Amino acid sequence: MRAFLLALLLLPLHAHAVLSILACEPEWGALAKELGGDKVNVYTAITALQDPHRVEARPSLMARARSADLLVCTGAQLEIGWVPLLQTQSGNGKIQTGQPGYFEAASAVSLIERPGSVDRSQGDVHPEGNPHLHLDPRNIAKVASALAQRMASLDGAQAAYYQGRSKEFAQRWAEASARWEQQGAPLKGMPVVVYHKDLSYLVAWLGMREVGALEPKPGLPPSTAHLTDLVERLKQSPANAVVRSAYNDPRPAQWLAERAKIPAVVLPYTVGGTEKAKDLFGLYEDTLARLLAVKR
Amino acid sequence: MALALAGAAKAQDTRELDELKRRVEELEKRSAPRPASNAFNPDISLILQGTAARSSQSPNDFQITGFAPSGGEVGPARRGFSLGESELVMSSNIDPYFRGQLVAAFTPENEVEVEEAFFQTLALGKGFTLKGGRFLSGIGYQNPIHQHAWDFQDAPLPYKAFLGGRLNDDGVQLKWVAPTELLVELGTELGRGRTFPATDPNRNRAGMWSLFGHVGGDVGAATAWRAGLSYLKTSPQDRAFTDAGVVQSFSGESKLWIADFVVKSGTNLKLQGEYFRRTEDGDLQFNGAPGDYASRQSGWYLQSVYQFMPRWRAGYRYDRLSHGTVSAPAGVTAANAPLLLTDHSPNRNTVMVDWSPTEFSRVRLQLASDKSRVGVTDNQVLLQYIFSLGAHGAHTF
Repeated sequence: MRAFLLALLLLPLHAHAVLSILACEPEWGALAKELGGDKVNVYTAITALQDPHRVEARPSLMARARSADLLVCTGAQLEIGWVPLLQTQSGNGKIQTGQPGYFEAASAVSLIERPGSVDRSQGDVHPEGNPHLHLDPRNIAKVASALAQRMASLDGAQAAYYQGRSKEFAQRWAEASARWEQQGAPLKGMPVVVYHKDLSYLVAWLGMREVGALEPKPGLPPSTAHLTDLVERLKQSPANAVVRSAYNDPRPAQWLAERAKIPAVVLPYTVGGTEKAKDLFGLYEDTLARLLAVKR
Repeated sequence: MALALAGAAKAQDTRELDELKRRVEELEKRSAPRPASNAFNPDISLILQGTAARSSQSPNDFQITGFAPSGGEVGPARRGFSLGESELVMSSNIDPYFRGQLVAAFTPENEVEVEEAFFQTLALGKGFTLKGGRFLSGIGYQNPIHQHAWDFQDAPLPYKAFLGGRLNDDGVQLKWVAPTELLVELGTELGRGRTFPATDPNRNRAGMWSLFGHVGGDVGAATAWRAGLSYLKTSPQDRAFTDAGVVQSFSGESKLWIADFVVKSGTNLKLQGEYFRRTEDGDLQFNGAPGDYASRQSGWYLQSVYQFMPRWRAGYRYDRLSHGTVSAPAGVTAANAPLLLTDHSPNRNTVMVDWSPTEFSRVRLQLASDKSRVGVTDNQVLLQYIFSLGAHGAHTF
């Protein structure tokens, strides 16, 4: 009996031995695993096949948010439709905005495409800038170092462990980035049509040229009129490929690809988006391989 | 020598590059958005709504036969063009410990109604949240959802009959989320008993209390569900209405049970249903003469909404009430108290199609065949618009 009571007392301590992390998107879940190793328990809110703009605060997320020590999100209003609900309804003071248990990747990097003025007539624009920041490896490096610091401050007992892993990750990442930049050099200047503005960082990093988007305005579904117009425009300035993310509807890209006689390329967009994008390294390797395959 | 020079030049280049990088980063930091002077203002959003409606029966004499009137705005949309409720929502964190929210509704009758005005704790921890003020009660599935986020223009019949459309009392709510992977959420509320089924008692204690629990989780990656059970207890005093020229008034206890569930599959299919069961026990004054009264009545609805292509959704709802058993004082019969005692099971079929160009705009066509009134079918057609301006609202599951 006494042993049982003792076990009951110890139970919560054991549960806290591991830092419990709720990641809003797969890229941050993967990064938290890289940095936290077996000292963290990571749950990722959505898969790569789910549109990060259309997430609901579903019951399982509420339950995970309740016990999370750290909520890792992109920020810049990407999760505005659901993270505030998780914060206010889960009864967890640790993950509130402004607390150390809430981490925004956007706070570690500077965002591109920050609009001068915002108005909903421009579509789904984010006042702080484009939130899809993880497709530039330099941003991953910055976020990784900030996130490792945060994890170390939350879980002081393992601080050295996180710092060690962070250093090791930074080194591997720098080497890989240099390799990718070399591999991606031929993509410089390659004109592409994108689906949504979620590939802007990738396009900018590789120096590709975005000559059009399937969405008439960010967040609006592609319309026939807009696609027809795009086909016309591609006759003037042709593109090498139409590129979409794994979670996008394949049909508009297929439609345009057939009309404009260019290949349609599916990019993993994030970890888990394709078979090969098993982790952050795989994400970049597969993304580059798929783009290089259509480079003529 | 040449090699050494080249190496030195390279080192120089690298150093210059590093210096440039550092300066760019500094500039980026400096150009980071500075908080504007209105940064501490609450998030504000505004909902604009309106309808154009036709109905074969006059909405002015709407009633649900077999059920005591619930006093809420439960009738079908008015005929012709009419403005719906315009809602002004303001919310913000107050400090690290509290947040507050106000939802004011401007009614087409040029009145302002406070739908919600509450504070809520942020930092109690251990899964606890305390709310106080006026708020939509956490009972049932649809009750805490704002009207502009409903999948049909009006409330299901059991909400109309048993809660006057919805319950938003003045009081406190304590909610606890269990530290489990399956969502387990328990809540309780104490309130004044401001509206139906209560009667706003002038007493030094709570006039309503409720208890609710939810469980929920995922099935696979794409399907999420939640089920709940709620209990609401009130003690109405002299809850009166006039029927067939006679004043009837009830005093006693009213207990309501609600079982609810919702399943969402992918981003395009939603199925929800709720079952209500109410027992009332007490005293009925009929034309001034007292007598014993007891009733056991129930109702349910089931509805599904399917997004069949981007921007377009279609939905169907069936709702039904069961008159159940009502025992009235001797001499009170369906002849002299037809509204309360006519054995009628109101039911309704509703279909809708809506088009949402973005998540901020929606236009809906809704058709209903409403048999709330005994012996009459009310065929209703309406067009509704819902527009949201301002801050992006977060909608509950």
